[in-house]
Amino acid sequence: MSIWEYANPKKFMQTSGMLLPGVTVLAFAAMLGGLIWGFFFTPDDYKQGATVKIIYLHVPAAMMAINAWVMMLVTSLIWVVRRHHVSALAAKAAAPIGATFTLIALVTGALWGQPMWGTWWEWDPRLTSFLILFLFYLGYMALWEAIENPDTAADLTAVLCIVGSVFALLSRYAVNFWNQGLHQGASLSLDKEENVSDVYWFPLLVCITGFVLLFVTLVLIRTRTEIRARRLQALLARERLA
Amino acid sequence: MIPDLGKYAIPVLGSYAASIALILGLVALSLWRSGRVKRALAEVEARQGKSNG
Repeated sequence: MSIWEYANPKKFMQTSGMLLPGVTVLAFAAMLGGLIWGFFFTPDDYKQGATVKIIYLHVPAAMMAINAWVMMLVTSLIWVVRRHHVSALAAKAAAPIGATFTLIALVTGALWGQPMWGTWWEWDPRLTSFLILFLFYLGYMALWEAIENPDTAADLTAVLCIVGSVFALLSRYAVNFWNQGLHQGASLSLDKEENVSDVYWFPLLVCITGFVLLFVTLVLIRTRTEIRARRLQALLARERLA
Repeated sequence: MIPDLGKYAIPVLGSYAASIALILGLVALSLWRSGRVKRALAEVEARQGKSNG
Protein backbone atom coordinates (compact mmCIF):
# COMPACT_ATOMS: atom_id res chain seq x y z
CA MET A 1 0.00 0.00 0.00
CA SER A 2 1.36 3.41 -1.02
CA ILE A 3 0.89 6.80 0.68
CA TRP A 4 -0.37 8.15 -2.67
CA GLU A 5 -3.57 6.14 -2.24
CA TYR A 6 -4.64 8.85 0.23
CA ALA A 7 -4.53 11.33 -2.63
CA ASN A 8 -7.68 9.62 -3.86
CA PRO A 9 -10.55 11.80 -2.52
CA LYS A 10 -12.69 8.76 -1.70
CA LYS A 11 -9.90 7.09 0.26
CA PHE A 12 -9.07 10.38 2.00
CA MET A 13 -12.72 10.90 3.05
CA GLN A 14 -12.87 7.33 4.36
CA THR A 15 -9.64 7.50 6.37
CA SER A 16 -10.13 11.06 7.68
CA GLY A 17 -13.70 10.17 8.71
CA MET A 18 -12.30 7.34 10.84
CA LEU A 19 -9.49 9.45 12.36
CA LEU A 20 -11.45 12.61 13.05
CA PRO A 21 -13.37 11.68 16.25
CA GLY A 22 -10.24 10.39 18.04
CA VAL A 23 -8.03 13.32 16.99
CA THR A 24 -10.74 15.81 18.01
CA VAL A 25 -11.06 14.33 21.51
CA LEU A 26 -7.26 14.27 21.95
CA ALA A 27 -6.94 17.87 20.70
CA PHE A 28 -9.65 19.09 23.07
CA ALA A 29 -8.16 17.20 26.04
CA ALA A 30 -4.59 18.40 25.39
CA MET A 31 -5.60 22.04 24.80
CA LEU A 32 -7.82 22.19 27.87
CA GLY A 33 -5.42 20.21 30.07
CA GLY A 34 -2.34 22.20 29.02
CA LEU A 35 -3.97 25.62 29.38
CA ILE A 36 -5.53 24.80 32.77
CA TRP A 37 -2.22 23.38 34.03
CA GLY A 38 -0.28 26.37 32.76
CA PHE A 39 -2.70 29.06 33.89
CA PHE A 40 -3.73 27.74 37.31
CA PHE A 41 -0.92 25.49 38.51
CA THR A 42 2.41 27.08 37.53
CA PRO A 43 4.25 29.72 39.59
CA ASP A 44 5.13 33.24 38.48
CA ASP A 45 8.55 33.72 36.93
CA TYR A 46 11.10 35.60 39.06
CA LYS A 47 11.75 38.08 36.22
CA GLN A 48 8.54 38.15 34.17
CA GLY A 49 6.00 37.66 36.96
CA ALA A 50 2.56 36.39 35.92
CA THR A 51 3.14 37.31 32.25
CA VAL A 52 5.00 33.99 31.88
CA LYS A 53 1.53 32.39 31.59
CA ILE A 54 1.27 33.90 28.10
CA ILE A 55 3.97 31.43 26.98
CA TYR A 56 1.34 28.63 26.81
CA LEU A 57 -0.44 30.46 23.99
CA HIS A 58 2.30 32.49 22.35
CA VAL A 59 4.92 29.78 21.77
CA PRO A 60 2.60 27.01 20.44
CA ALA A 61 0.74 29.52 18.22
CA ALA A 62 4.02 30.89 16.81
CA MET A 63 5.37 27.37 16.20
CA MET A 64 2.21 26.30 14.43
CA ALA A 65 2.08 29.53 12.38
CA ILE A 66 5.39 28.49 10.80
CA ASN A 67 4.64 24.75 10.68
CA ALA A 68 1.29 25.35 8.96
CA TRP A 69 3.11 27.21 6.19
CA VAL A 70 5.66 24.37 5.92
CA MET A 71 2.77 21.89 5.60
CA MET A 72 1.25 24.12 2.90
CA LEU A 73 4.62 24.20 1.13
CA VAL A 74 4.88 20.38 1.13
CA THR A 75 1.31 19.88 -0.12
CA SER A 76 1.74 22.63 -2.73
CA LEU A 77 4.90 20.95 -4.02
CA ILE A 78 3.02 17.63 -4.21
CA TRP A 79 0.35 19.41 -6.27
CA VAL A 80 2.93 20.97 -8.58
CA VAL A 81 4.84 17.71 -9.10
CA ARG A 82 2.13 15.03 -8.96
CA ARG A 83 -1.12 16.99 -9.59
CA HIS A 84 -3.02 15.40 -6.69
CA HIS A 85 -6.10 17.55 -6.06
CA VAL A 86 -6.42 16.54 -2.39
CA SER A 87 -2.98 17.98 -1.63
CA ALA A 88 -3.89 21.33 -3.22
CA LEU A 89 -7.14 21.38 -1.25
CA ALA A 90 -5.31 20.50 1.98
CA ALA A 91 -3.01 23.52 1.44
CA LYS A 92 -6.06 25.72 0.87
CA ALA A 93 -7.71 24.29 4.00
CA ALA A 94 -4.65 24.95 6.18
CA ALA A 95 -4.25 28.64 5.29
CA PRO A 96 -6.98 30.16 7.53
CA ILE A 97 -5.76 28.01 10.43
CA GLY A 98 -2.18 29.19 9.94
CA ALA A 99 -3.36 32.80 9.62
CA THR A 100 -5.30 32.51 12.90
CA PHE A 101 -2.27 31.05 14.71
CA THR A 102 -0.07 33.85 13.31
CA LEU A 103 -2.58 36.44 14.53
CA ILE A 104 -2.64 34.81 17.99
CA ALA A 105 1.18 34.92 18.09
CA LEU A 106 1.17 38.60 17.07
CA VAL A 107 -1.57 39.63 19.54
CA THR A 108 -0.19 37.68 22.51
CA GLY A 109 3.31 38.90 21.61
CA ALA A 110 2.14 42.53 21.71
CA LEU A 111 0.32 41.99 25.02
CA TRP A 112 3.42 40.29 26.46
CA GLY A 113 5.83 42.82 24.98
CA GLN A 114 4.16 45.89 26.44
CA PRO A 115 4.86 45.13 30.13
CA MET A 116 8.22 43.41 29.44
CA TRP A 117 9.79 45.64 26.76
CA GLY A 118 7.71 48.76 27.32
CA THR A 119 6.27 48.66 23.79
CA TRP A 120 3.44 46.87 21.96
CA TRP A 121 5.40 46.70 18.74
CA GLU A 122 8.96 47.09 17.49
CA TRP A 123 10.28 46.66 13.96
CA ASP A 124 12.39 43.81 15.27
CA PRO A 125 13.49 41.10 12.76
CA ARG A 126 11.32 38.34 14.21
CA LEU A 127 8.24 40.52 14.75
CA THR A 128 8.51 42.05 11.29
CA SER A 129 8.99 38.70 9.53
CA PHE A 130 5.96 37.37 11.43
CA LEU A 131 3.85 40.31 10.29
CA ILE A 132 4.97 39.67 6.69
CA LEU A 133 4.09 35.98 7.13
CA PHE A 134 0.59 37.02 8.26
CA LEU A 135 0.24 39.22 5.16
CA PHE A 136 1.35 36.27 3.01
CA TYR A 137 -1.40 34.15 4.58
CA LEU A 138 -3.98 36.84 3.74
CA GLY A 139 -2.63 37.14 0.19
CA TYR A 140 -2.66 33.36 -0.24
CA MET A 141 -6.33 33.11 0.83
CA ALA A 142 -7.31 36.10 -1.32
CA LEU A 143 -5.60 34.52 -4.37
CA TRP A 144 -7.57 31.27 -3.94
CA GLU A 145 -10.81 33.29 -3.86
CA ALA A 146 -9.86 35.55 -6.75
CA ILE A 147 -9.31 32.85 -9.40
CA GLU A 148 -12.29 30.95 -10.72
CA ASN A 149 -10.50 27.98 -12.28
CA PRO A 150 -9.48 25.74 -9.34
CA ASP A 151 -6.43 24.24 -11.07
CA THR A 152 -5.08 27.66 -12.03
CA ALA A 153 -5.75 28.86 -8.47
CA ALA A 154 -3.86 25.85 -7.10
CA ASP A 155 -0.91 26.55 -9.45
CA LEU A 156 -0.65 30.25 -8.61
CA THR A 157 -1.14 29.79 -4.87
CA ALA A 158 1.56 27.09 -4.92
CA VAL A 159 3.98 29.63 -6.41
CA LEU A 160 2.98 32.19 -3.75
CA CYS A 161 3.47 29.54 -1.07
CA ILE A 162 6.99 28.74 -2.29
CA VAL A 163 7.89 32.47 -2.27
CA GLY A 164 6.32 32.97 1.18
CA SER A 165 8.38 30.10 2.58
CA VAL A 166 11.34 32.47 2.71
CA PHE A 167 9.46 34.52 5.32
CA ALA A 168 8.28 31.44 7.20
CA LEU A 169 11.91 30.36 7.54
CA LEU A 170 13.02 33.90 8.26
CA SER A 171 10.49 34.26 11.09
CA ARG A 172 11.94 31.09 12.64
CA TYR A 173 15.61 31.99 12.28
CA ALA A 174 15.48 35.82 12.25
CA VAL A 175 16.78 35.99 15.81
CA ASN A 176 19.85 33.98 14.80
CA PHE A 177 20.54 36.11 11.70
CA TRP A 178 20.32 39.53 13.35
CA ASN A 179 21.20 40.17 16.96
CA GLN A 180 19.85 43.71 17.25
CA GLY A 181 16.21 42.67 17.83
CA LEU A 182 14.24 42.86 21.09
CA HIS A 183 13.01 39.29 20.79
CA GLN A 184 15.11 36.73 22.67
CA GLY A 185 16.36 33.48 21.12
CA ALA A 186 14.50 30.18 21.18
CA SER A 187 12.73 29.47 24.50
CA LEU A 188 12.84 25.76 23.79
CA SER A 189 16.10 23.94 23.41
CA LEU A 190 17.48 20.45 23.86
CA ASP A 191 20.26 22.10 25.85
CA LYS A 192 19.11 21.98 29.49
CA GLU A 193 20.91 25.25 30.31
CA GLU A 194 19.07 27.19 27.60
CA ASN A 195 15.64 25.57 27.91
CA VAL A 196 12.86 26.99 30.10
CA SER A 197 12.54 25.46 33.56
CA ASP A 198 10.73 22.09 33.82
CA VAL A 199 7.89 23.66 35.80
CA TYR A 200 6.94 25.64 32.65
CA TRP A 201 8.27 23.14 30.09
CA PHE A 202 5.89 20.24 30.83
CA PRO A 203 2.60 22.19 30.61
CA LEU A 204 4.04 23.97 27.57
CA LEU A 205 4.71 20.60 25.94
CA VAL A 206 1.05 19.60 26.54
CA CYS A 207 -0.12 22.92 25.03
CA ILE A 208 2.12 22.44 21.97
CA THR A 209 0.64 18.93 21.54
CA GLY A 210 -2.84 20.46 21.84
CA PHE A 211 -2.11 23.08 19.17
CA VAL A 212 -0.66 20.43 16.82
CA LEU A 213 -3.71 18.20 17.28
CA LEU A 214 -6.08 21.15 16.87
CA PHE A 215 -4.32 21.97 13.61
CA VAL A 216 -4.66 18.37 12.39
CA THR A 217 -8.35 18.27 13.39
CA LEU A 218 -9.16 21.51 11.61
CA VAL A 219 -7.14 20.60 8.50
CA LEU A 220 -9.06 17.31 8.25
CA ILE A 221 -12.44 19.02 8.72
CA ARG A 222 -11.66 21.80 6.25
CA THR A 223 -10.09 19.51 3.62
CA ARG A 224 -13.18 17.29 3.76
CA THR A 225 -15.29 20.42 3.25
CA GLU A 226 -13.17 21.49 0.26
CA ILE A 227 -13.49 18.02 -1.32
CA ARG A 228 -17.28 18.14 -0.88
CA ALA A 229 -17.41 21.70 -2.24
CA ARG A 230 -15.44 20.58 -5.31
CA ARG A 231 -17.85 17.70 -5.90
CA LEU A 232 -20.79 20.05 -5.40
CA GLN A 233 -19.42 22.42 -8.05
CA ALA A 234 -18.92 19.51 -10.47
CA LEU A 235 -22.49 18.25 -9.96
CA LEU A 236 -23.96 21.73 -10.38
CA ALA A 237 -21.95 22.23 -13.57
CA ARG A 238 -23.25 18.92 -14.89
CA GLU A 239 -26.80 20.02 -14.01
CA ARG A 240 -26.38 23.27 -15.92
CA LEU A 241 -25.12 21.42 -19.00
CA ALA A 242 -27.97 18.90 -18.96
CA MET B 1 -8.33 29.08 42.73
CA ILE B 2 -7.80 31.97 40.33
CA PRO B 3 -4.13 32.96 40.48
CA ASP B 4 -3.22 36.46 41.61
CA LEU B 5 -1.99 38.09 38.41
CA GLY B 6 -1.34 41.44 40.08
CA LYS B 7 -0.44 44.29 37.74
CA TYR B 8 -0.19 41.85 34.82
CA ALA B 9 -3.87 40.84 34.93
CA ILE B 10 -4.79 42.79 31.79
CA PRO B 11 -2.07 41.42 29.47
CA VAL B 12 -2.46 37.83 30.74
CA LEU B 13 -6.27 37.73 30.72
CA GLY B 14 -6.32 39.73 27.47
CA SER B 15 -4.03 37.14 25.83
CA TYR B 16 -6.22 34.24 26.94
CA ALA B 17 -9.48 35.99 25.98
CA ALA B 18 -8.21 37.02 22.53
CA SER B 19 -6.68 33.60 21.76
CA ILE B 20 -9.69 31.60 22.93
CA ALA B 21 -12.04 33.90 20.99
CA LEU B 22 -9.96 33.50 17.80
CA ILE B 23 -9.73 29.71 18.18
CA LEU B 24 -13.45 29.32 18.91
CA GLY B 25 -14.27 31.61 15.98
CA LEU B 26 -12.13 29.51 13.64
CA VAL B 27 -13.65 26.24 14.89
CA ALA B 28 -17.21 27.63 14.61
CA LEU B 29 -16.59 28.95 11.09
CA SER B 30 -15.04 25.63 9.97
CA LEU B 31 -17.97 23.61 11.36
CA TRP B 32 -20.58 26.01 9.97
CA ARG B 33 -19.13 25.86 6.44
CA SER B 34 -18.70 22.09 6.70
CA GLY B 35 -22.40 21.67 7.61
CA ARG B 36 -23.57 24.06 4.91
CA VAL B 37 -21.56 22.35 2.14
CA LYS B 38 -22.55 18.86 3.36
CA ARG B 39 -26.26 19.78 3.26
CA ALA B 40 -26.01 21.42 -0.17
CA LEU B 41 -24.16 18.39 -1.59
CA ALA B 42 -26.70 15.95 -0.12
CA GLU B 43 -29.50 18.01 -1.66
CA VAL B 44 -27.94 18.05 -5.14
CA GLU B 45 -27.03 14.34 -4.96
CA ALA B 46 -30.61 13.48 -3.96
CA ARG B 47 -32.01 15.64 -6.77
CA GLN B 48 -29.69 14.15 -9.39
CA GLY B 49 -30.25 10.64 -8.04
CA LYS B 50 -33.98 11.12 -8.52
CA SER B 51 -33.67 12.51 -12.03
CA ASN B 52 -31.22 9.76 -13.05
CA GLY B 53 -33.28 6.99 -11.46
